[in-house]
Amino acid sequence: MNIHEYQSKQIFKEYGLPVPNFLTANTTDEVLASAKEISDTNWVVKAQVHAGGRGKAGGVKVTDNLKEVEEFADKWINNNLVTYQTDDQGQPVSCILVEECTEIKKEFYLGAVIDRSTRSLAVMASPEGGMDIEKVAEDHPEKIFKVFLKSPSVGNEDHLPLAKGLELSEEQTKEFKDIFRNLVKLFFEKDLSLVEINPLVLNGSDNLVCLDGKINIDSNALFRQDEILELRDISQEEEKELRASEWDLNYVSLEGNIGCLVNGAGLAMATMDIIKLAGGEPANFLDVGGAVDEKRVAEAFKIILEDENVKAILVNIFGGIVRCDVVADGIISAVEGVGVDVPVVVRLKGNNSEIAKEMLGKTNLNIIAASELSEAAEKAAEIVK
Amino acid sequence: MSILVNKDTKVICQGFTGSQATLHCSQAIEYGTSIIGGVTPGKGGESHLDLPVFNSTKEAQQELEIDATIIFVPAKFCKDSVQEAIDAEIPLIICITEGIPTLDMMKLKQNADSAGCRIIGPNCPGVITPDQCKLGIMPGYIHKPGKIGIVSRSGTLTYEAVDQTTQAGLGQSSCVGIGGDPIPGSSFIDILQLFEDDSETEGIVMVGEIGGTAEEEAAEFIQSNVSKPVVAYIAGVSAPPGKRMGHAGAIIAGGKGTAEDKFLALEKAGVHTTRSPAKIGEEISKLV
Repeated sequence: MNIHEYQSKQIFKEYGLPVPNFLTANTTDEVLASAKEISDTNWVVKAQVHAGGRGKAGGVKVTDNLKEVEEFADKWINNNLVTYQTDDQGQPVSCILVEECTEIKKEFYLGAVIDRSTRSLAVMASPEGGMDIEKVAEDHPEKIFKVFLKSPSVGNEDHLPLAKGLELSEEQTKEFKDIFRNLVKLFFEKDLSLVEINPLVLNGSDNLVCLDGKINIDSNALFRQDEILELRDISQEEEKELRASEWDLNYVSLEGNIGCLVNGAGLAMATMDIIKLAGGEPANFLDVGGAVDEKRVAEAFKIILEDENVKAILVNIFGGIVRCDVVADGIISAVEGVGVDVPVVVRLKGNNSEIAKEMLGKTNLNIIAASELSEAAEKAAEIVK
Repeated sequence: MSILVNKDTKVICQGFTGSQATLHCSQAIEYGTSIIGGVTPGKGGESHLDLPVFNSTKEAQQELEIDATIIFVPAKFCKDSVQEAIDAEIPLIICITEGIPTLDMMKLKQNADSAGCRIIGPNCPGVITPDQCKLGIMPGYIHKPGKIGIVSRSGTLTYEAVDQTTQAGLGQSSCVGIGGDPIPGSSFIDILQLFEDDSETEGIVMVGEIGGTAEEEAAEFIQSNVSKPVVAYIAGVSAPPGKRMGHAGAIIAGGKGTAEDKFLALEKAGVHTTRSPAKIGEEISKLV
């Protein structure tokens, strides 16, 4: 799960990580009032959306002119911000972060993420902060410093390789030690999957300050993170993906015209791959998961069909937990409920697949049966040609 | 021969009386698996599927000789169940449960390693040795005893590989779903080593996914440690970067862990790859 920058900074504050003074506002009047409260002379205003690349897209402004603060608020509140990380529609802005200006002497990168290879928490720092850190990692891997931790207990010297890499002074290293320790504590206590501070800066008085904050939370742990769950902003989530998640369906919309309904994430990706090999383009990723019931399959169909690009649907079910006759029931009731006007290529294999085929054969649906995966993909690709 | 489980493996089930466990244990027993009891806190002393129920894994262990446990406990409580199995030093812990927090697995993996226990999963279909022992949620009838070892990060995609090797007349020595989570109890490398050492396994099918670097690490391992032919398929060539594709494992972050990267690493290591998930059986047939 993602949260906003201002929410991340609020959590940073709770954990003793230094952040600039800030307020949030939802209307232009509030933005102006907040700005006056924060400073008399200069401000940073930042549109709050769940996407990176805001600076380049005009969603961040540093100014000493209150008029520009007002214009910024007018421009973004209740409008969508399009960045290279969003789709063409962009993400809706309903909140502006108003912050005091921080004088920047140096910009660093600090982040922490689960490292799969070492099965530990990797805390990373780089003196090349404030810019595209992925490019730094690629072009200058020697400028990324890492420390691996197996548990929340931080040793007295664990932060030192990073502080050294950042070429911090003795005084700054002391500050960094606290930041490091608190960041790790935060990671473990709030079940994060990623935290990034880019940039962590050295301000005018040579103190370290977190100028930005990005936090991802492990969705599997939300059952024990009530406070985090309250920070969810569903306006930032794709409407169809959100509705799918309410039905426990994993849906991701794509660009093509062959809708996919598959059980299992791996098989769903494999189905997309084989559609491409057959010369088609998948319209979506959709995993109906293991505990399939009729209603959820029907809902999956509705979600796929809402995409106007969809010219054919490929159903690929390999029954393990899920019974193919249940899927067949779902297909029939969905068609009755929403009316399917595109051909449906169905490949059901595994538990009760014979019964399922028989059930589907008895209806008057536009169904094309296929026994094998490649055959199903070729038939679907043929239809949309 | 086979790996991990066979007809003599004595198994208990944790979360035994739940609906999923009941369904899959019934099927496992019918398949011939030697399930000897189960655990559900608060139901100790009762009988379920004609087998004894215990309040804890420790209690079960005092009464029974246990080789393996299969866990169906809901994610919320699963950490405690796996830890119980580790404390009881059950050598093989198969965790089917989906949705365990990653930081819980980090801890459990460390504890299992120090206790000398092997975890398979979580978020996996389990392990099967055809006609001997079925510990998982896979449809038993698609498997045939034979000579191909299958290891996979995916559930239903494993069945696809199984079905194709059965159709090709090769059959399987054992099939292992290691699960798609960021921190799995066992890695490709762990299972590849077991297949390499298994006299009955003549060829190996490896099914990977986008995300992480487990396939790249496996490629390196295969190059210097595996003499048997390996066919690999990686799901997600068509997945756009930055999109999460269901599995926690299946996300390409920052251009790393793409299917193409993985295919190249495997090919460089001399592994036979196929871009089509429908040609896994055909490819391995050519090699064994």
